[in-house]
Amino acid sequence: MAAPTIDALSQFRLTTGLGPIGRAVNFTNSNEMMLIAVAIVVVLFAIGLRTRALVPGRLQSLVEAFYEFVYGMCVDNIGEEGRKFFPLVFTIFVFILLGNLLGLFPYFFAYTSGIVVTATMALFVFIFSTGVGFYIHGWRFLKFFVPDGVPGWMLPMLVPIEFISYLSRPVSLSVRLFANMTAGHVMLEVFAGFMIMLTATLGIFGAVASIIPLGLNVALIALELLVACLQAYVFAILTCLYLHDAVHMH
Amino acid sequence: MSGDREGQSFEERLGKARASAGLDRPPPEGKPVSAADSGAIRIAMRLGVEIVAALVIAVVIGWGLDRLFHTRPWLMIAFVPLGAAAGLRNVFRAVGPGSKS
Repeated sequence: MAAPTIDALSQFRLTTGLGPIGRAVNFTNSNEMMLIAVAIVVVLFAIGLRTRALVPGRLQSLVEAFYEFVYGMCVDNIGEEGRKFFPLVFTIFVFILLGNLLGLFPYFFAYTSGIVVTATMALFVFIFSTGVGFYIHGWRFLKFFVPDGVPGWMLPMLVPIEFISYLSRPVSLSVRLFANMTAGHVMLEVFAGFMIMLTATLGIFGAVASIIPLGLNVALIALELLVACLQAYVFAILTCLYLHDAVHMH
Repeated sequence: MSGDREGQSFEERLGKARASAGLDRPPPEGKPVSAADSGAIRIAMRLGVEIVAALVIAVVIGWGLDRLFHTRPWLMIAFVPLGAAAGLRNVFRAVGPGSKS
């Protein structure tokens, strides 16, 4: 009897979506989910803001809560200049949040579990914030790598440290999101695989015993919901902190 | 009581002195427990990656410079402690004094 095996990583395989047209241009299932996420956001906001009531309804208050949450995050972390960067932070936050949440549904691909996607976003944030720093401060932005109040003879040691620490930002930003999402989905798949293995090898006893991995999976889904929101929040708030560094240089 | 002066108890005067010296911080605004918990989880999730990321960057820089100058492995060895220091710098910046989180 061929025992079923756990193939936890095949869920991250990229396939092509949209039929033959998608195959021709390599339109992947990851891209498909991105389009769905963007469509959900656009439709949600279009419907939610259609009424523009003074006393908002359910959908409108959801949309306004999103807006005010990210707006507060921008102004609190960047300062008054943060208003200029609100569209960027909002886009990143909502895109990652919907990617994480949609990925939790069965058969849906979580595009934030691909390091290509997270690294692209992290590199964009990194290059953008560096560009903002140079745009606002000119070459004086290089003083960001020189810590204040340090004797001169220590600078040859400290400047490389600061520089490496600065360069490590996009790495930690992308790996954190990618690793959290990938690990969560692997765990879900492994525990789901336990259920099938138990039933296949122990018969009716296995089916009864698979209540345990089922319960674990229920708890894991709750944890993954938390992680999905938390990681979107962390990505957005770190974007704010990096922009704060670029704007204020300390 | 011997510690009383000008009608103020010792506790009151101590509190006043500490407040004027800036030793007593105002009590933090009453955050619900769940918010504090999620904050701790958030910090824990941030920090693990920070050290590794800095080390990876340092090793990559050292490896690249070694390839450039044909000095393998010396520059890489020199950059690893720098990367470790940068990783700790990341952690201190994330949770140390003066940080926002």
